[in-house]
Parts: sequence; structure tokens; C-alpha cells
Amino acid sequence: MTVNKITAKQMARKIIDKESLFLLDVRNSSNYDDWKIEGHHFHYLNVPYFDLLDGVEEILPKLPRDQDIVVVCAKEGSSIMVAEMLVEAGLTHVFSFEGGMKAWSEHLEPVKIGDLSDGGELIQFVRMGKGCLSYMVISQGEAAIIDPTRMTDVYIDYANESGVTIKHVLDTHLHADHISGGRQIAEKTGAAYWLPPKDAEEVTYDYYQLEEGQPITVGTSAIDMHALYTPGHTIGSTSFIVDEKFLMTGDILFIDSIGRSDLAGKAEDWVADLRQSLYSRYRALSDDLLVLPAHFMIIDELNEDGSVSERLGTLFRHNHGLNIHDEQQFRALVTDNLPPQPNAYQEIRLTNMGKQQPDADEQREMEIGPNRCAVRS
Amino acid sequence: MQAVQVLDAKGLACPMPIVKTKKAMKELASGEVLEVHTTDQGAKADLSAWAKSGGHELMKVEEENGVLKFWLKKA
Repeated sequence: MTVNKITAKQMARKIIDKESLFLLDVRNSSNYDDWKIEGHHFHYLNVPYFDLLDGVEEILPKLPRDQDIVVVCAKEGSSIMVAEMLVEAGLTHVFSFEGGMKAWSEHLEPVKIGDLSDGGELIQFVRMGKGCLSYMVISQGEAAIIDPTRMTDVYIDYANESGVTIKHVLDTHLHADHISGGRQIAEKTGAAYWLPPKDAEEVTYDYYQLEEGQPITVGTSAIDMHALYTPGHTIGSTSFIVDEKFLMTGDILFIDSIGRSDLAGKAEDWVADLRQSLYSRYRALSDDLLVLPAHFMIIDELNEDGSVSERLGTLFRHNHGLNIHDEQQFRALVTDNLPPQPNAYQEIRLTNMGKQQPDADEQREMEIGPNRCAVRS
Repeated sequence: MQAVQVLDAKGLACPMPIVKTKKAMKELASGEVLEVHTTDQGAKADLSAWAKSGGHELMKVEEENGVLKFWLKKA
């Protein structure tokens, strides 16, 4: 028997389109509680597959008859088994989620953010399952990629299909929540890999030093893309202004939250830097810049088209993290009651420094789980 | 903690390690111990959650060269 499937791409579309769906998640409860597929109108039932080996009769009354049911597990083995049992029990509209949470963690959905003044465009790659955002600036046959994930083929294929050459790859900072694909893309394409030197003191490879004011040229008409030093999440954290229209904030400023400063182990030391970056450096920029962060935390941060962006002026009005006038209160927000740290964040940092070389499966395991780069209040 | 049976589930993907463990446990008498070998990393959390829900005791877990070993005492 073959079971109908839903792919990660179809799932991403359903989330963006705010469709209603019933998810039967058959992973063990601790994994489910830690991390699941989030949708605006999703309903959930979590029953581990090992409690269903003798049959699905017990859960049948809890399943809808008039709604699509998607069975989800870690890698799909169990969701196929459970979906088959449900079909045998007479249910229709049952699907197995292809590739499981492993595929969900790795899916990237490209969304166009806007046009550039010379006819180029800016694309955001939304990693729905993990909340990571990366970017491709395309102009006059050339491309720059910012904060790429380790799914490097997605960017390289996208550039090939668009008929552009990848010239630059940049990381806004040394990431602690996901493994950067930056070096690998640079190696595969001959592009230059840029990293803020203050985050790169321990790296084992060669890179181009990304310093404040550094212009990066994409295309013949030199899309103005310059670096702005905004420490706080890490000591090297750097933002980019592209075409005087877009502000890439890395992990310093998000739509509904701000960056945390403890992942490199220095929350206390870097609070003042974080405040300075957010309350002075960003404050001095144009309200009309469109903020493009490196992460989102909750799906409410998605726009209608699935993109994640907001005008800087709007964030200064509505983002709570930008509106704490008392310095002590701000310090408390970013040093007390921090959320749990991302899975394997130390190993991920070492990997991004080039000090560890985990294989593909190990990299996948290290990245399992939700993104936790922000503090919200 | 002498196991009366060793179940080799190496190389099998989820859900097979637990399907086989469940089957093997059925043949055991209460208090007897089953030793399970698997290479499925996901089995670590799943086997302990499964044992708990069935009242079995997960006595020991070891990892050696990528092989996970479990000792389960039947309820």
C-alpha cells in the first residue's frame, strides 16, 4: 500500500496560506514538546508511534473526518506506518509528512523581498522549521549571499537558475544555532567568504575581514551594500545596509524580539554593546529601512507572503525590546530568565570556527530543535 | 543483570527497533532482562519513553562505537 504524502515545500505553502490542517505527531512527547511544525490554523495530537503498535482504534475518535490529517515523525519511518494503519482503519485524507522533522528542519522557501534600484532583486530564504533567514542579493548577473545555511545546494541551484554568479558570501556573525554554509559555498563557487574579524579570532581557515564601512560590490552598478558594526549578540556582529533600502540585522534585532548576548558566554559584558547597537546605531538610521533579520521565532512574525520583514520605524514603535528606557530593566531582560540555549550550540560554534568537522548526519543532529537566539518579554 | 536474550536491531530505522523490542519482550517472563543493540540514535529517547509507558525498567544504556545498548527488565 502506498500512503499519500505531503512534502516540506507543500507544508510551507500551507503555513503561508494559513490553511487548516490536523497534525498527528507520533514522536515521543519530549521531542514534540520541544519542537513541532507550527501553523496559524493547525490542530495537533501527539501520540508516540510506540503506543500505536497494537492498533490505532483508541485514537480514532480524536481524529477529524472532515480535515486533512498529516502524520509527522522524526524521519518518516513511523509516520508511514501509522498513516497506513489509519487508512486501513477506513480514514481518507491521511498523509505522511515526507522526510519527517529532519526534512522540515532543512527546507528553505525562497521569497522575493523586493527590487533593487538597478533592476536586481533581493530574495529571502525562509527556513520554516528552524526559523533561520538567509538572503541573496542579485544584481547584474552577480549575487551575494548573507547568512547561508548548510543546505548550500539550494543557493547554488537558485543562482544557476537565475543565471547569476555568486561573488560574495557573508556571515553577519559567528552563528551558534546553525551551521553556516558560507565557507562551503565559497569553496564550491570561488566566491569570497567574509566574516567579522572580532568573531573570527579562533577560526582555522582564511576569510575576508568584514569591517565597518566595507563596501561589497554586487553587479556592475555596485549595489551599495555596506557593513555597520553592531555588537551585542556576539562581539563581531555586523549589519548590512543594501541599496539604502534594506537593513540586514543578523541576530541583533528581530521583528518581535531582540538578540541575546549570552551564547558566546558573555551576557553581562555585552549588554551595553547590545543596547548601544539597538538604541543608538539603529536609531540613527532611516525609519524607512526594511529590517531583514537572520531569524524569526514564531510564525506570527511571517508576513502575508511568507516573508519576514518590517520597517525600522515600525519596530521602534512596537518591538518591546527597543522600548525599554530604563537601562537596568534592559539589563535584566537580556541577562535574567533567558530561554534555553540552542541544541549543541557550543559544538555548532566550534564547527563554524573550523575546529570540528562533523559529518552530514552529525550536523543534522546538532541542529535539531527550534531556534533560540532571541529574548522576548 | 544477566540478559536472557540479545536483540540485534543494528542498521534498522525507526520504528523497527521498537517493533522488534516489543515482540521480543512478549516472549520474556516478568523480571527477565532483554539486551537491545541499535544504531538508530532516535531510539535512545524512544526506547526509554516506551519502557516507561509499558512499566518496564530501563536498567542501563551504553554507547560504543555508534552502537546503542539497552538493558530492559520486563514488568
